[in-house]
Amino acid sequence: MTGPKTGLTRRDAIKAQAAAAAALAAGLPVPAAAQNLVTDANVTELKWSKAPCRFCGTGCSIMVATKAGRVVATHGDTQAEVNRGLNCVKGYFLSKIMYGADRLTTPLLRKTGGEYDKNGEFTPVSWDEAFDIMAEKWKKTLAEKGPEGIGMFGSGQWTVWEGYAASKLMKAGFRSNNIDPNARHCMASAVGGFMRTFGIDEPMGCYDDFENADAFVLWGSNMAEMHPILWTRITDRRFSHPHVKVAVLSTFTHRSFDLADIPAVFTPHTDLVMLNYIANYIIQNGAVNEDFVSKHVNFKRGNQDIGYGLRPEHPLEQMAENADKAGGASEMTFEEFAEFVSEYTLEKASEMSGVPAETLEKIAKLYADPGTKVMSLWTMGVNQHTRGVWVNNMIYNIHLLTGKISTPGNSPFSLTGQPSACGTAREVGTFSHRLPADMVVKNPDHRAKAEKIWKLPEGTVPGWVGSHAVKQNRDLKDGKINCYWVQVNNNMQAAPNMMEEGLPGYRNPDNFIVVSDAYPTVTAEAADLILPAAMWVEKEGAYGNAERRTQFWYQLVNAPGESKSDLWQLAEFSKRFTTDEVWPAELLDANPDYKGKTLFEVLFANGKVDQYELTEKAREYGNHESEDFGFYIQKGLFEEYAEFGRGKAHDLAPFDTYHEVRGLRWPVVDGKETQWRFKEGYDPYVKAGSDYEFYGKPDGKAVIFALPYEPPAESPDAEYPMWLATGRVLEHWHSGSMTQRVPELYQAVPDALCYMHPDDAKAQGFRRGTEVRIISRRGEIRTRVETRGRNKPPKGLVFVPWFDARRLINKVTLDATDPISKQTDFKKCAVRIEAV
Amino acid sequence: MKHLRLAILAAPILLASAAFAQNQVATLRNNAPLDQEGEATQIPGVVNTDIRQVRNYPDQPPLIPHKTDNYQVDLNSNKCLTCHSRTAVEVSQAPMISVTHFMNREGQTLGAVSPRRYFCNQCHVVQTNARPLVENEFVDVDKVIDYVKTQQGGAD
Repeated sequence: MTGPKTGLTRRDAIKAQAAAAAALAAGLPVPAAAQNLVTDANVTELKWSKAPCRFCGTGCSIMVATKAGRVVATHGDTQAEVNRGLNCVKGYFLSKIMYGADRLTTPLLRKTGGEYDKNGEFTPVSWDEAFDIMAEKWKKTLAEKGPEGIGMFGSGQWTVWEGYAASKLMKAGFRSNNIDPNARHCMASAVGGFMRTFGIDEPMGCYDDFENADAFVLWGSNMAEMHPILWTRITDRRFSHPHVKVAVLSTFTHRSFDLADIPAVFTPHTDLVMLNYIANYIIQNGAVNEDFVSKHVNFKRGNQDIGYGLRPEHPLEQMAENADKAGGASEMTFEEFAEFVSEYTLEKASEMSGVPAETLEKIAKLYADPGTKVMSLWTMGVNQHTRGVWVNNMIYNIHLLTGKISTPGNSPFSLTGQPSACGTAREVGTFSHRLPADMVVKNPDHRAKAEKIWKLPEGTVPGWVGSHAVKQNRDLKDGKINCYWVQVNNNMQAAPNMMEEGLPGYRNPDNFIVVSDAYPTVTAEAADLILPAAMWVEKEGAYGNAERRTQFWYQLVNAPGESKSDLWQLAEFSKRFTTDEVWPAELLDANPDYKGKTLFEVLFANGKVDQYELTEKAREYGNHESEDFGFYIQKGLFEEYAEFGRGKAHDLAPFDTYHEVRGLRWPVVDGKETQWRFKEGYDPYVKAGSDYEFYGKPDGKAVIFALPYEPPAESPDAEYPMWLATGRVLEHWHSGSMTQRVPELYQAVPDALCYMHPDDAKAQGFRRGTEVRIISRRGEIRTRVETRGRNKPPKGLVFVPWFDARRLINKVTLDATDPISKQTDFKKCAVRIEAV
Repeated sequence: MKHLRLAILAAPILLASAAFAQNQVATLRNNAPLDQEGEATQIPGVVNTDIRQVRNYPDQPPLIPHKTDNYQVDLNSNKCLTCHSRTAVEVSQAPMISVTHFMNREGQTLGAVSPRRYFCNQCHVVQTNARPLVENEFVDVDKVIDYVKTQQGGAD
């Protein structure tokens, strides 16, 4: 039999080995080629360095082996608290993500006859030519339309300093708040939930809760596939401690149900009903922790009828009473709250959700039983929801009613999708309304603080809220944003309603679109200029994971060709502009010292960011940006950024510390990380004697919100009778631009299939493998029916993952968002399915 | 070995067909314009040869060289272990799960498989016979070592 990889037969191999053994036995010298084991340490030794995983928000630490300038192996870091030596299948194949044969190695500009042409062909150009045309377009738009005419779309995959540099360049350099990260699609509702309930972003608990909880409740999350390493910690806890219970709630059956003691498949959007029922159950059964509630909680009634974040002229927005006041709320009492949730009875909850009453009651009891420590977990099922902020608030409601919060094992835990959605997108404040450390552009004091730290004149940072992700695509289509730069994400594939908003926006003849990526993605193809990016360990980086853990890595190998990190691109581009070209005369007249300086000088060579010498960087590792700029730019940016949070409950450790440790969870005070926030004894920011203090709110009290059930933006009807939910699979991360290029991962799950109930398939005459069109009011794709796969939808719902560039399911989805968070609901729209 | 050879073969093809001087650069789309959708390829079959594959590096979890349709791995049972457990391999002649699978978070070896390793499919996956859309130029460590030896003047 012929071996599949080597072409050698087993017999050949044995013959060669036998010959070598015979030669040895005869005392003959063994020719080098025949020796089958290399033992010389000089040759076999690998250089091992740490780096956080490139994929999800879990933040596993990886050991990366390099030799001769190549990554040759990776494995789970045994010293890392997060994963203790484990990786998921994607993590185990990290070694190969940088080596797709189609890596971009030079800028590519659409040209015809040697000139830029929107409809021209991608042609290799130098960095100089790329930045020339970019600067020309940016300057023209800034002159004609001002800062509102340019935009940037970044990422929860930016390193901390990349996001910081981008935010600073846009908000202070170009004076435009039209910068948003793809974390808007991913974590904005979580942020909205935190800010509304606690007044400060990110989880109070941490991963140590996994080893301390008695019950786990998954609200719409499929951790077995999306957070596999955290799932190993739950699995470990569940099997090692038989009293532990796992409840899994979702709109379809998936792999996490394999561990479920309490499985529940519910009708889309009825999480709102079930959560109010649980609050009602807790109250009706005397399970309210009255001491905790009286000392640490306020009650508020949230505005209702808030619309769906569609274009303002859409009938649903016209009809919504509070579309423009979606986040508003008024005071109420506990008694009024009890009255509010009293209509959410077990019968009503069971009828609306389709979940059996006894199942709902079991889940409610987990929360109500004072002896059961509960960890609630959620990600996109809750966040990608037109009432996503509400659902976040409502999960906190039941933890606050019972006082099950901020202690080991009692933990409402918002999981994160991207490796630095927390560390970069949220903490750095790359959203269109935010500044670092939870500050916002609307607040003049916050802007003043940013200007002071940035050493910029008063009034540099504008107070208007920029366009969020979905609105940016609308603005591109409408010609309001004309220059647009996309970094480290694949938003043409990721954003909703591609055919009506995304693609017309990018291809609008008035617009110039720049996409920085390591690979030629769908988004790159929709661009006018593609910039080749260094990725992952081709640059020095920092990510912050879901448990507030900040982790660093060094540049371990060089990027191919002329590709450069996003940081290098941002800083280099800033050299193309002087303040006179982009700042108004009044600002410069009042602050003449800034006249005639480049944005690079005022933002990066500002005496702070450039204060660390190149000699401070680690000698054994490269650093292509710092070597180019002549100072240790990552350290300078990080230390300047850290000023925002130190002393403000967002304290980060000194830069150098993070290169030594396997990450630290902020706030890091007196060298010590914080595991549980808001609880005396764990959190140094809690006032002595207060027991708990939710210090994000002025009175130290968290808020329980009274919020109702309101229907989804679009539901199945006669014409489009099926629900469509989109999502991920274990083997691929996000749009698959990295994992689809790893043959083993591609061959494990090559295609996005239409997961469907066998009865629904049969009713339409489909079999497994039938080619179908999935059609919505907005667009359609072609794929094949899967009735026996890992996802088992109930009748009336189909699931299609979005990793597959050949099957762009976001041609079908609806761009309805949560009106508070502006995050898209990728889990619900109406489709019909037809055989091709 | 195969990787390097493939990469060398693949490079000119890519240069000729994809990246330069044209509009459709999104390699993974099989040349379908962005506003259109090509025919959806057939669902590929799962490789079921039982032939073990070379690992890319020692820490890579081995790929599953057989079908796993309807394997029950849940709260109640783990079908994979009926062949791959320590005590089953004499009869099954399947590879025994790695010794790492007996270790807890602290690295201590337990008397049985660690529950953190319970769900095999988090790391071990089957392979279909789908043809990769783009080659991968990862170079096997043996090749890199060969290269290092050449650079050192053939010392070994």
